[in-house]
Amino acid sequence: MSLLHFQVLSAALFAIGVYGVLARRSAVLILLSIELVLNAVNVNLVAFAAFLDPTRGLGQVIAVFVITVAAAEVGLALAIILQLYRKRASVDVDKIDLLKW
Amino acid sequence: MTLVVFYLLAAVTLLGAMGVVVTRNVVYAALALLLSLMGVAGIYLLLFAEFLALVQVLIYGGAITVVILFAIMLTRLREYKGVMENPQWPLGLLAATALFLVLVAAFLVDSPRMNVEERLAVPFLLLGGSLFSQWAIAFEVASLVLLVALIGAIIVARGEDSRERP
Repeated sequence: MSLLHFQVLSAALFAIGVYGVLARRSAVLILLSIELVLNAVNVNLVAFAAFLDPTRGLGQVIAVFVITVAAAEVGLALAIILQLYRKRASVDVDKIDLLKW
Repeated sequence: MTLVVFYLLAAVTLLGAMGVVVTRNVVYAALALLLSLMGVAGIYLLLFAEFLALVQVLIYGGAITVVILFAIMLTRLREYKGVMENPQWPLGLLAATALFLVLVAAFLVDSPRMNVEERLAVPFLLLGGSLFSQWAIAFEVASLVLLVALIGAIIVARGEDSRERP
C-alpha cells in the first residue's frame, strides 16, 4: 500500500465530484458534489501527511480546518437555497440568474 | 491484508460517489453521499488519522447529512424530477475524465515510494497540542468563521417576513 493508491483514490473522488458539479442542475445536488470534492482534498492532505510528515500530523490539522469551512459552507448554502426556493419556487440553477445581468 | 481493506473502502467510497452524481432521486443521492463519506472515514483510519475519522463520522454522518436531508424535505421533492441532468453533461464527463487522467499522470511521474505499515499513529495529544499552540490563531479564526456563517445562515433562512417581529 503506497502513497500512489491514496492519490489515485483522491483523484477519482475529485473527478467524480467535478462531474457532479458540471452535470447537475439542482442546487442541492451541486452542493453534494462539492462535498465530494472537499473530501477528495482531505484524503490527499491526510495521505501526504501520513507518508511524508509522519511525526507532526500537520496535514491533519489543515484537514480539520477544511472540514470546518465545509460545514460553514453547507449551512450557509442550504439557507440560501431555502430562501431562493421560497422566492422563485425552484432549485434549478439555470433559472437562478438574478446576478447575471 | 491492509491492501484488501483499502480496496474495499475505496470501492465503497467510489460507489457512493458515483451514486451521488448518477442517481435520479435526491434522497438516494444524500444517502449515497453518507456512504461515500463513511468510506472516507475508513480511509482515514487506514492512514492512522483516528481523530479525523471520528470528526468525519460526527460532522458529516451526524450533522451535514441531516441538514441536507432537511433541506431536501423543505424544498418540494417532485420539483426535482425535471431538473436532474444538465444538457451539458457529456462535456462535463469529458472534462472530469481529462482531469482524472492528468492527475493520475502527474502522480505517476513523481510519487514518493513509501509504505504505510511501518508508521505509528499521530497521538491525539500531539494533534491537540499543535492545534492550540502553533495553530491557535487559525483555530480561533476558524471557530469565528463557523459562528458567523451559521448566524448568517439563520438570518438568511428566516427571511424578510419575520423581521418586523420583536
